[in-house]
Amino acid sequence: MGGMHGLGPIAPETDEPPFHHDWEGRVHALVIASPAGGNIDARRHQRELIPGPVYLAMTYYEKWFEALRQSLLQGGHVTEAEMASARADPAAPKATPRLAARDVPKALSRLGSYLRDASAPAAFTVGDRVRARNLHPAGHTRLPRYARGRVGVIERVHGPHVYPDTHAHAGADDPRWLYLVRFTSRELWGLDAAENDSVSLDLWEPYLERAK
Amino acid sequence: MMWGGPPAFGKRRMSDDHHDHGQTPPSDMALRVKALESLMVEKGLVDPAAVDAIVDHFEHKVGPRNGARVVARAWADPAYRQRLLADAGAAIGELGFGGGQGEHMIAVENTPDVHNLVVCTLCSCYPWPVLGLPPVWYKSPPYRSRAVIDPRGVLAEFETVLPPETAIRVWDSTAEVRYLVIPERPAGTEGLSEDELAALVTRNGMIGTARL
Repeated sequence: MGGMHGLGPIAPETDEPPFHHDWEGRVHALVIASPAGGNIDARRHQRELIPGPVYLAMTYYEKWFEALRQSLLQGGHVTEAEMASARADPAAPKATPRLAARDVPKALSRLGSYLRDASAPAAFTVGDRVRARNLHPAGHTRLPRYARGRVGVIERVHGPHVYPDTHAHAGADDPRWLYLVRFTSRELWGLDAAENDSVSLDLWEPYLERAK
Repeated sequence: MMWGGPPAFGKRRMSDDHHDHGQTPPSDMALRVKALESLMVEKGLVDPAAVDAIVDHFEHKVGPRNGARVVARAWADPAYRQRLLADAGAAIGELGFGGGQGEHMIAVENTPDVHNLVVCTLCSCYPWPVLGLPPVWYKSPPYRSRAVIDPRGVLAEFETVLPPETAIRVWDSTAEVRYLVIPERPAGTEGLSEDELAALVTRNGMIGTARL
Protein backbone atom coordinates (compact mmCIF):
# COMPACT_ATOMS: atom_id res chain seq x y z
CA MET A 1 0.00 0.00 0.00
CA GLY A 2 3.07 2.25 -0.24
CA GLY A 3 2.15 5.54 -1.90
CA MET A 4 -1.61 5.50 -1.28
CA HIS A 5 -3.36 8.52 0.13
CA GLY A 6 -6.57 8.63 2.11
CA LEU A 7 -6.03 5.82 4.63
CA GLY A 8 -6.48 8.15 7.57
CA PRO A 9 -4.31 9.84 10.18
CA ILE A 10 -1.49 8.10 12.02
CA ALA A 11 -2.42 7.54 15.63
CA PRO A 12 0.72 7.40 17.77
CA GLU A 13 0.16 6.21 21.32
CA THR A 14 2.32 7.14 24.29
CA ASP A 15 4.07 4.27 26.13
CA GLU A 16 2.42 1.66 23.96
CA PRO A 17 2.58 -1.88 25.42
CA PRO A 18 3.72 -4.87 23.29
CA PHE A 19 0.18 -6.27 23.44
CA HIS A 20 -3.04 -4.36 24.16
CA HIS A 21 -4.94 -7.48 25.20
CA ASP A 22 -3.83 -10.81 26.57
CA TRP A 23 -5.29 -12.54 23.51
CA GLU A 24 -2.95 -10.62 21.20
CA GLY A 25 0.07 -12.03 23.02
CA ARG A 26 -1.44 -15.53 22.86
CA VAL A 27 -2.00 -15.20 19.08
CA HIS A 28 1.55 -13.96 18.53
CA ALA A 29 2.95 -16.87 20.53
CA LEU A 30 0.63 -19.47 18.96
CA VAL A 31 1.81 -18.40 15.51
CA ILE A 32 5.45 -18.80 16.55
CA ALA A 33 4.86 -22.17 18.25
CA SER A 34 2.43 -23.52 15.66
CA PRO A 35 3.52 -26.44 13.49
CA ALA A 36 1.37 -25.05 10.67
CA GLY A 37 2.73 -21.58 10.10
CA GLY A 38 5.10 -22.56 7.34
CA ASN A 39 8.00 -20.27 6.60
CA ILE A 40 7.92 -16.50 7.04
CA ASP A 41 6.97 -15.83 3.42
CA ALA A 42 4.17 -18.39 3.47
CA ARG A 43 2.83 -16.76 6.64
CA ARG A 44 2.96 -13.33 5.02
CA HIS A 45 1.18 -14.64 1.96
CA GLN A 46 -1.50 -16.24 4.13
CA ARG A 47 -2.25 -12.81 5.59
CA GLU A 48 -2.23 -11.22 2.12
CA LEU A 49 -4.92 -13.67 1.01
CA ILE A 50 -7.41 -12.04 3.40
CA PRO A 51 -9.77 -10.11 1.05
CA GLY A 52 -8.84 -6.42 0.81
CA PRO A 53 -11.96 -4.85 2.35
CA VAL A 54 -11.82 -7.30 5.27
CA TYR A 55 -8.03 -6.86 5.64
CA LEU A 56 -8.36 -3.08 5.95
CA ALA A 57 -11.06 -3.37 8.62
CA MET A 58 -9.15 -5.89 10.76
CA THR A 59 -6.72 -5.08 13.56
CA TYR A 60 -3.22 -6.47 13.19
CA TYR A 61 -3.67 -9.47 15.45
CA GLU A 62 -7.10 -10.26 14.03
CA LYS A 63 -5.24 -10.79 10.74
CA TRP A 64 -2.69 -13.01 12.45
CA PHE A 65 -5.49 -15.01 14.09
CA GLU A 66 -7.36 -15.52 10.83
CA ALA A 67 -4.17 -16.54 8.99
CA LEU A 68 -3.31 -18.99 11.80
CA ARG A 69 -6.77 -20.59 11.56
CA GLN A 70 -6.45 -20.96 7.80
CA SER A 71 -2.95 -22.41 8.01
CA LEU A 72 -4.06 -25.01 10.60
CA LEU A 73 -6.93 -26.07 8.33
CA GLN A 74 -4.90 -26.11 5.11
CA GLY A 75 -1.99 -27.91 6.73
CA GLY A 76 -4.36 -30.65 7.87
CA HIS A 77 -3.54 -30.05 11.54
CA VAL A 78 -7.15 -29.25 12.43
CA THR A 79 -10.31 -30.31 10.60
CA GLU A 80 -13.23 -28.02 9.80
CA ALA A 81 -15.36 -29.94 12.29
CA GLU A 82 -12.76 -29.53 15.03
CA MET A 83 -12.42 -25.84 14.27
CA ALA A 84 -16.18 -25.35 14.40
CA SER A 85 -16.65 -27.27 17.66
CA ALA A 86 -13.32 -26.26 19.25
CA ARG A 87 -13.01 -29.90 20.31
CA ALA A 88 -10.45 -32.42 19.10
CA ASP A 89 -11.74 -35.47 17.30
CA PRO A 90 -11.18 -38.24 19.91
CA ALA A 91 -10.19 -40.64 17.12
CA ALA A 92 -7.43 -38.34 15.78
CA PRO A 93 -3.85 -39.09 16.90
CA LYS A 94 -2.33 -36.58 19.29
CA ALA A 95 0.68 -34.67 17.98
CA THR A 96 3.82 -33.70 19.88
CA PRO A 97 4.38 -29.94 20.16
CA ARG A 98 7.15 -28.74 17.87
CA LEU A 99 8.45 -26.28 20.49
CA ALA A 100 8.82 -27.23 24.17
CA ALA A 101 8.85 -24.51 26.83
CA ARG A 102 12.48 -25.23 27.74
CA ASP A 103 13.56 -24.65 24.13
CA VAL A 104 11.84 -21.26 23.78
CA PRO A 105 14.74 -18.99 24.88
CA LYS A 106 17.11 -20.74 22.50
CA ALA A 107 14.60 -20.68 19.63
CA LEU A 108 13.92 -16.97 20.04
CA SER A 109 17.53 -15.88 20.39
CA ARG A 110 18.85 -18.07 17.59
CA LEU A 111 20.40 -15.90 14.92
CA GLY A 112 19.32 -17.49 11.66
CA SER A 113 20.24 -16.23 8.25
CA TYR A 114 18.50 -15.82 4.92
CA LEU A 115 21.85 -15.68 3.15
CA ARG A 116 22.61 -18.73 0.96
CA ASP A 117 25.35 -19.89 -1.40
CA ALA A 118 25.35 -18.33 -4.84
CA SER A 119 24.46 -20.47 -7.82
CA ALA A 120 25.43 -17.73 -10.30
CA PRO A 121 27.46 -14.53 -10.14
CA ALA A 122 25.66 -11.28 -9.32
CA ALA A 123 24.33 -9.48 -12.38
CA PHE A 124 24.70 -6.01 -10.88
CA THR A 125 27.24 -4.13 -8.83
CA VAL A 126 27.27 -0.99 -6.70
CA GLY A 127 26.55 2.10 -8.81
CA ASP A 128 24.62 0.28 -11.55
CA ARG A 129 21.39 1.87 -12.72
CA VAL A 130 18.53 -0.59 -12.66
CA ARG A 131 14.84 -0.48 -13.47
CA ALA A 132 12.36 -2.37 -11.33
CA ARG A 133 10.50 -4.61 -13.72
CA ASN A 134 6.82 -4.11 -14.38
CA LEU A 135 5.77 -7.39 -12.75
CA HIS A 136 2.32 -8.16 -11.42
CA PRO A 137 2.32 -11.76 -10.17
CA ALA A 138 -0.87 -13.20 -8.70
CA GLY A 139 1.11 -14.85 -5.89
CA HIS A 140 3.42 -13.51 -3.22
CA THR A 141 6.03 -10.92 -4.11
CA ARG A 142 8.11 -8.36 -2.21
CA LEU A 143 8.36 -5.89 -5.08
CA PRO A 144 6.16 -2.96 -4.04
CA ARG A 145 3.82 -1.65 -6.71
CA TYR A 146 5.12 1.92 -6.32
CA ALA A 147 8.63 0.92 -7.46
CA ARG A 148 7.61 -1.01 -10.58
CA GLY A 149 8.93 0.61 -13.74
CA ARG A 150 11.10 3.06 -11.79
CA VAL A 151 14.87 3.52 -12.10
CA GLY A 152 17.22 3.45 -9.13
CA VAL A 153 20.87 2.88 -8.32
CA ILE A 154 22.36 -0.19 -6.65
CA GLU A 155 23.75 0.96 -3.34
CA ARG A 156 24.77 -2.31 -1.73
CA VAL A 157 24.95 -5.97 -2.69
CA HIS A 158 23.51 -8.03 0.18
CA GLY A 159 24.33 -11.43 -1.33
CA PRO A 160 22.09 -14.32 -2.38
CA HIS A 161 19.02 -14.38 -0.14
CA VAL A 162 16.05 -16.74 0.10
CA TYR A 163 13.64 -15.64 -2.64
CA PRO A 164 10.16 -14.95 -1.24
CA ASP A 165 8.28 -15.34 -4.50
CA THR A 166 9.27 -19.02 -4.56
CA HIS A 167 9.67 -19.58 -0.83
CA ALA A 168 6.07 -18.55 -0.04
CA HIS A 169 4.60 -21.16 -2.36
CA ALA A 170 7.03 -24.02 -2.93
CA GLY A 171 8.89 -23.70 0.37
CA ALA A 172 12.22 -23.91 -1.46
CA ASP A 173 14.90 -21.33 -0.66
CA ASP A 174 15.63 -20.63 -4.36
CA PRO A 175 18.27 -18.02 -3.41
CA ARG A 176 18.62 -14.96 -5.63
CA TRP A 177 20.91 -11.97 -5.34
CA LEU A 178 19.50 -9.25 -3.14
CA TYR A 179 20.41 -5.59 -3.62
CA LEU A 180 19.77 -2.34 -1.80
CA VAL A 181 18.37 -0.04 -4.49
CA ARG A 182 17.97 3.69 -3.92
CA PHE A 183 15.34 5.65 -5.84
CA THR A 184 15.03 9.41 -5.72
CA SER A 185 11.67 10.52 -4.41
CA ARG A 186 11.17 12.50 -7.62
CA GLU A 187 11.66 9.36 -9.71
CA LEU A 188 8.97 7.62 -7.66
CA TRP A 189 6.52 10.43 -7.03
CA GLY A 190 7.22 13.21 -9.52
CA LEU A 191 8.37 16.76 -9.18
CA ASP A 192 6.26 17.54 -6.12
CA ALA A 193 8.65 15.42 -4.03
CA ALA A 194 11.54 17.14 -2.24
CA GLU A 195 14.64 17.31 -4.41
CA ASN A 196 17.04 15.52 -2.08
CA ASP A 197 14.73 12.90 -0.59
CA SER A 198 15.03 9.24 -1.53
CA VAL A 199 13.57 5.83 -0.80
CA SER A 200 15.72 2.70 -0.58
CA LEU A 201 14.35 -0.81 -1.03
CA ASP A 202 15.85 -4.28 -0.82
CA LEU A 203 15.07 -5.94 -4.15
CA TRP A 204 15.93 -9.37 -5.56
CA GLU A 205 17.60 -9.77 -8.94
CA PRO A 206 14.52 -11.16 -10.76
CA TYR A 207 12.76 -7.86 -9.95
CA LEU A 208 15.43 -5.82 -11.75
CA GLU A 209 16.73 -5.11 -15.24
CA ARG A 210 19.64 -2.96 -16.33
CA ALA A 211 18.70 0.66 -17.11
CA LYS A 212 20.54 3.08 -19.32
CA MET B 1 -22.68 -1.59 5.57
CA MET B 2 -22.58 2.06 4.56
CA TRP B 3 -19.16 3.60 4.21
CA GLY B 4 -18.71 5.72 7.30
CA GLY B 5 -15.24 7.19 6.93
CA PRO B 6 -11.89 5.55 7.43
CA PRO B 7 -11.62 2.94 10.18
CA ALA B 8 -9.66 4.06 13.20
CA PHE B 9 -6.41 2.29 12.30
CA GLY B 10 -4.09 2.01 15.22
CA LYS B 11 -6.79 2.67 17.75
CA ARG B 12 -8.54 0.12 19.83
CA ARG B 13 -12.14 -0.41 18.93
CA MET B 14 -14.79 0.42 21.45
CA SER B 15 -15.97 -3.17 21.61
CA ASP B 16 -12.42 -4.32 22.37
CA ASP B 17 -11.72 -1.59 24.82
CA HIS B 18 -11.60 -3.60 27.96
CA HIS B 19 -8.85 -5.81 29.24
CA ASP B 20 -9.17 -9.55 29.18
CA HIS B 21 -9.05 -10.03 32.90
CA GLY B 22 -10.98 -7.94 35.35
CA GLN B 23 -14.59 -7.11 35.96
CA THR B 24 -15.74 -6.79 32.36
CA PRO B 25 -16.67 -9.91 30.36
CA PRO B 26 -14.04 -11.16 27.91
CA SER B 27 -14.33 -9.88 24.35
CA ASP B 28 -15.34 -11.99 21.40
CA MET B 29 -11.71 -12.18 20.22
CA ALA B 30 -10.52 -13.23 23.67
CA LEU B 31 -13.02 -16.11 23.62
CA ARG B 32 -12.16 -17.15 20.06
CA VAL B 33 -8.42 -17.16 20.77
CA LYS B 34 -8.92 -19.09 23.99
CA ALA B 35 -10.98 -21.69 22.13
CA LEU B 36 -8.34 -22.09 19.42
CA GLU B 37 -5.51 -22.35 21.95
CA SER B 38 -7.44 -25.03 23.89
CA LEU B 39 -7.98 -26.98 20.70
CA MET B 40 -4.32 -26.71 19.72
CA VAL B 41 -3.26 -27.88 23.18
CA GLU B 42 -5.78 -30.74 23.16
CA LYS B 43 -4.40 -31.89 19.80
CA GLY B 44 -0.81 -31.67 20.98
CA LEU B 45 0.02 -28.92 18.49
CA VAL B 46 1.39 -26.49 21.08
CA ASP B 47 2.78 -26.68 24.59
CA PRO B 48 0.90 -24.06 26.69
CA ALA B 49 4.03 -23.43 28.77
CA ALA B 50 5.90 -22.62 25.56
CA VAL B 51 3.16 -20.14 24.65
CA ASP B 52 3.58 -18.53 28.10
CA ALA B 53 7.35 -18.34 27.60
CA ILE B 54 7.02 -16.70 24.18
CA VAL B 55 4.60 -14.06 25.51
CA ASP B 56 7.02 -13.38 28.38
CA HIS B 57 9.89 -12.94 25.93
CA PHE B 58 8.07 -10.27 23.94
CA GLU B 59 6.72 -8.50 27.01
CA HIS B 60 9.94 -8.48 29.03
CA LYS B 61 13.07 -9.60 27.13
CA VAL B 62 13.02 -7.44 24.02
CA GLY B 63 12.04 -3.81 23.61
CA PRO B 64 13.43 -0.40 22.72
CA ARG B 65 15.63 -0.33 25.83
CA ASN B 66 17.91 -2.77 23.99
CA GLY B 67 18.23 -0.45 21.01
CA ALA B 68 18.78 2.52 23.33
CA ARG B 69 21.81 0.76 24.79
CA VAL B 70 23.20 0.22 21.30
CA VAL B 71 22.73 3.90 20.42
CA ALA B 72 24.20 5.12 23.72
CA ARG B 73 27.27 2.93 23.20
CA ALA B 74 27.66 4.30 19.67
CA TRP B 75 27.50 7.86 21.00
CA ALA B 76 29.96 7.17 23.81
CA ASP B 77 32.45 4.98 21.99
CA PRO B 78 33.63 6.09 18.51
CA ALA B 79 35.20 2.70 17.79
CA TYR B 80 31.91 0.96 18.59
CA ARG B 81 30.07 3.45 16.34
CA GLN B 82 32.40 2.49 13.49
CA ARG B 83 31.79 -1.21 14.08
CA LEU B 84 28.02 -0.60 14.24
CA LEU B 85 28.03 1.23 10.92
CA ALA B 86 30.27 -1.39 9.30
CA ASP B 87 28.52 -4.54 10.62
CA ALA B 88 25.48 -3.75 12.73
CA GLY B 89 24.58 -7.38 13.45
CA ALA B 90 27.99 -8.12 14.97
CA ALA B 91 28.07 -4.86 16.95
CA ILE B 92 24.57 -5.44 18.33
CA GLY B 93 25.62 -8.99 19.18
CA GLU B 94 28.48 -7.60 21.28
CA LEU B 95 25.83 -6.24 23.67
CA GLY B 96 24.09 -9.62 23.79
CA PHE B 97 21.15 -8.86 21.52
CA GLY B 98 20.10 -10.99 18.58
CA GLY B 99 17.46 -13.36 17.29
CA GLY B 100 14.50 -13.49 14.93
CA GLN B 101 13.84 -10.36 12.88
CA GLY B 102 17.41 -9.22 13.53
CA GLU B 103 19.19 -11.61 11.18
CA HIS B 104 20.54 -8.94 8.82
CA MET B 105 20.91 -5.58 10.54
CA ILE B 106 21.96 -2.24 9.10
CA ALA B 107 22.41 0.89 11.22
CA VAL B 108 21.79 4.24 9.53
CA GLU B 109 22.96 7.44 11.13
CA ASN B 110 21.18 10.78 11.29
CA THR B 111 23.31 13.87 10.67
CA PRO B 112 22.44 17.55 10.37
CA ASP B 113 22.13 16.96 6.60
CA VAL B 114 20.38 13.58 6.47
CA HIS B 115 17.41 12.20 8.39
CA ASN B 116 16.51 8.51 8.18
CA LEU B 117 13.01 7.03 8.43
CA VAL B 118 12.19 3.31 8.50
CA VAL B 119 8.97 1.71 7.27
CA CYS B 120 7.65 -1.61 5.99
CA THR B 121 5.08 -0.79 3.31
CA LEU B 122 4.40 -4.48 2.64
CA CYS B 123 3.69 -5.73 6.16
CA SER B 124 5.30 -4.97 9.54
CA CYS B 125 9.03 -5.78 9.31
CA TYR B 126 10.83 -4.36 12.34
CA PRO B 127 14.07 -5.21 14.22
CA TRP B 128 12.62 -7.19 17.15
CA PRO B 129 15.89 -7.88 19.06
CA VAL B 130 16.67 -4.17 19.45
CA LEU B 131 13.23 -2.53 19.35
CA GLY B 132 10.82 -5.27 20.45
CA LEU B 133 7.47 -5.54 18.70
CA PRO B 134 6.37 -2.61 16.55
CA PRO B 135 3.79 -0.12 17.80
CA VAL B 136 0.33 -0.38 16.24
CA TRP B 137 0.76 2.79 14.18
CA TYR B 138 3.92 1.37 12.54
CA LYS B 139 2.03 -1.65 11.19
CA SER B 140 -1.15 0.24 10.28
CA PRO B 141 -2.15 1.40 6.78
CA PRO B 142 -1.80 5.19 7.33
CA TYR B 143 1.92 4.97 8.18
CA ARG B 144 2.69 2.15 5.74
CA SER B 145 1.08 4.00 2.85
CA ARG B 146 2.38 7.52 3.40
CA ALA B 147 5.89 7.18 4.87
CA VAL B 148 7.31 6.66 1.38
CA ILE B 149 5.33 9.28 -0.54
CA ASP B 150 5.01 12.00 2.10
CA PRO B 151 7.68 11.54 4.78
CA ARG B 152 7.56 15.21 5.79
CA GLY B 153 3.80 15.06 6.28
CA VAL B 154 4.19 11.88 8.32
CA LEU B 155 6.90 13.45 10.47
CA ALA B 156 4.65 16.47 11.08
CA GLU B 157 2.07 14.10 12.57
CA PHE B 158 4.75 13.18 15.10
CA GLU B 159 5.45 16.90 15.62
CA THR B 160 8.84 16.44 13.98
CA VAL B 161 9.67 19.24 11.58
CA LEU B 162 12.90 19.15 9.58
CA PRO B 163 14.56 22.06 7.81
CA PRO B 164 13.76 21.88 4.07
CA GLU B 165 17.45 21.43 3.27
CA THR B 166 17.69 18.24 5.35
CA ALA B 167 17.45 15.26 3.01
CA ILE B 168 15.15 12.44 4.10
CA ARG B 169 16.20 8.88 3.39
CA VAL B 170 13.32 6.44 3.73
CA TRP B 171 14.16 2.75 4.16
CA ASP B 172 11.37 0.40 3.05
CA SER B 173 12.08 -2.97 4.72
CA THR B 174 11.12 -5.17 1.78
CA ALA B 175 13.46 -8.10 2.52
CA GLU B 176 14.88 -9.71 5.69
CA VAL B 177 17.22 -6.76 6.23
CA ARG B 178 16.25 -4.64 9.23
CA TYR B 179 17.17 -1.01 9.78
CA LEU B 180 18.00 0.82 13.01
CA VAL B 181 18.28 4.61 13.05
CA ILE B 182 21.07 6.09 15.14
CA PRO B 183 19.66 9.47 16.18
CA GLU B 184 21.86 12.53 16.52
CA ARG B 185 23.26 12.90 19.99
CA PRO B 186 21.47 15.80 21.69
CA ALA B 187 23.53 18.89 22.48
CA GLY B 188 24.67 19.37 26.05
CA THR B 189 25.04 15.67 26.86
CA GLU B 190 28.85 15.59 26.93
CA GLY B 191 29.17 14.71 30.61
CA LEU B 192 26.53 11.98 30.71
CA SER B 193 27.22 8.32 31.42
CA GLU B 194 26.17 5.62 28.97
CA ASP B 195 23.16 4.75 31.15
CA GLU B 196 22.09 8.38 31.22
CA LEU B 197 22.52 8.62 27.46
CA ALA B 198 20.44 5.46 26.92
CA ALA B 199 17.61 7.01 28.92
CA LEU B 200 17.40 9.81 26.32
CA VAL B 201 16.91 7.43 23.39
CA THR B 202 13.30 6.79 22.36
CA ARG B 203 11.71 4.12 20.19
CA ASN B 204 10.46 6.73 17.73
CA GLY B 205 13.96 8.19 17.56
CA MET B 206 15.26 4.79 16.42
CA ILE B 207 12.47 4.44 13.80
CA GLY B 208 13.08 8.00 12.64
CA THR B 209 9.69 9.56 13.39
CA ALA B 210 11.25 11.68 16.15
CA ARG B 211 14.43 13.64 16.71
CA LEU B 212 15.91 13.65 20.17
